[in-house]
Amino acid sequence: MLALLSLPALAVMAALLFVPVAWLVALSFIDEHGSVTIANYSRLLADGSLFKSMTLTVQLALVVTLICAVVGYTLAYAITLMPRWLQTISLALVALPFWTSALVRTYAWLVLLQRKGVINKILVGSDLVSEPLHLVHNLVGTMIGMVHIMLPFMVFPLYAAMQRIDADLMRASLGLGASVFYTFRRVYLSQSLPSLAAGIILVFVLSLGFYITPAILGGGRVMVIAMIIERDVNLHLNWGPASAIAVLFLLSVLGLFAIVGRFLSVERIFQGRA
Amino acid sequence: MQQLISLRSRIALYAVAFLILLFLVLPVLVVMPMAFSSSRYLDFPPPDWSLRWFERFFTKPDWYESMLVSLKLALATVLISTPIGIAAAYAVHNGEHRLFRWIRNALLLPLVVPHVILAIGIFYIYVRIGWLGDFASLVLAHTMLAVPFVVTTGLSGLRSFDMNQEMVARSLGCSRPGAFLRVTLPQIKGSVLSGMLFAFVTSLDEVVLGLFIAVGYNTTVTKVMFGSLRDEIDPTVAAVSSLLVIGSLMIAVFTMMIGRGTKAGS
Repeated sequence: MLALLSLPALAVMAALLFVPVAWLVALSFIDEHGSVTIANYSRLLADGSLFKSMTLTVQLALVVTLICAVVGYTLAYAITLMPRWLQTISLALVALPFWTSALVRTYAWLVLLQRKGVINKILVGSDLVSEPLHLVHNLVGTMIGMVHIMLPFMVFPLYAAMQRIDADLMRASLGLGASVFYTFRRVYLSQSLPSLAAGIILVFVLSLGFYITPAILGGGRVMVIAMIIERDVNLHLNWGPASAIAVLFLLSVLGLFAIVGRFLSVERIFQGRA
Repeated sequence: MQQLISLRSRIALYAVAFLILLFLVLPVLVVMPMAFSSSRYLDFPPPDWSLRWFERFFTKPDWYESMLVSLKLALATVLISTPIGIAAAYAVHNGEHRLFRWIRNALLLPLVVPHVILAIGIFYIYVRIGWLGDFASLVLAHTMLAVPFVVTTGLSGLRSFDMNQEMVARSLGCSRPGAFLRVTLPQIKGSVLSGMLFAFVTSLDEVVLGLFIAVGYNTTVTKVMFGSLRDEIDPTVAAVSSLLVIGSLMIAVFTMMIGRGTKAGS
């Protein structure tokens, strides 16, 4: 009886998620004449530019994740030390970009990072650099835009976890003669580690799928997997190869989540946003 | 922890935190002045002020019509995803069979599948069945994206609710739907509302699916914005962006207020 209540929602998933993905899987095994083949997959391995794009996507996601982890941990920790009212304001400031459309923020970065933009004006004006830096339409701009989008996903769960850490435990550790660094590592870090790990996985996996930010802030120079798929379908109507890439891409993403899912539920990973 | 850290290192940490927060907020702050710029380029600060980009937005059909499509779409998405999402959350919360865990995972899938993959898959299906460009087809696609958010917020509301209350109502002769509507729903309405807001924002901000399936009369505003950002930058984007920022600011404040009342928000 109860299961019936979930039927409408499941029907939507079936029609708009399972069926389309199943079609893509089928398409990935069919060549242009309609016969069954694995050529689409073997071509993936042979295609050098595709391999380059895959490594670029993974490297980009790794760097973004690393920056988010370090910056997010620092910020979340600093917020827990603040007085109550300042905590509320800081969390609101983290939530503000979170609620703002990614497209709007990408536009803003375009304004800020361009050659004659605010950032370059400040840098040149304060004599930190002698001429404007290339901050946009390249990898750097893409990274800045992606970190900006992913950072709140890191900060919220970390802050929630850090708030629950009992300060007495650390006082006890210090009182028993442990060094500050040792105490941080063994008491504080170890207790915030599950949330940090969840944040890292979430940011990494979501970063793999980015399309808008690299497309606009990368200025056509940052060809990530999502862009290859889009281009194959929209420009070349290459359904076979595009589906094969999509299937591999999807398998790796779901695989990552399945591994993490053993330790944490997907729902908990997304707690920050819900 | 506060007393464990010297004042000097705490001040240093606050300074770093301030810079990070500045990094997070700066882009949102930049958008507004850009919208009132008189320049046709990305000059910041603007050389002079004008309302020309707002005027352009409200007079060029590509822009305001696509905004109308987006708003209608977001509204329709909320109307459909909320009841089916809450119903599913209710089932998942109360079901004890292992099956319900699978159902929950299936309903959360759109959160983890890259949107490009969903986009090309749905595009292919819609072309095959000749549904591409239809408004209802967009609503259905956005509903799929919004359901996970409604389910998650619904579940978090139900978890903080004591199901025995519904049992009591039923034992006193209330039907199950009646008990849900009169006893449970009023007490989880905060979560339902924040789920609705998530659904609205998810639909309004969606770009990648729209690039493929929002065609013809049903082009969404984010698709127009994306095109204008990628090809040649039309400052009307700033005007639209600032409207969206104001909208999302209101939504964010609203959710935080609900969140404080029910502890169900983020």
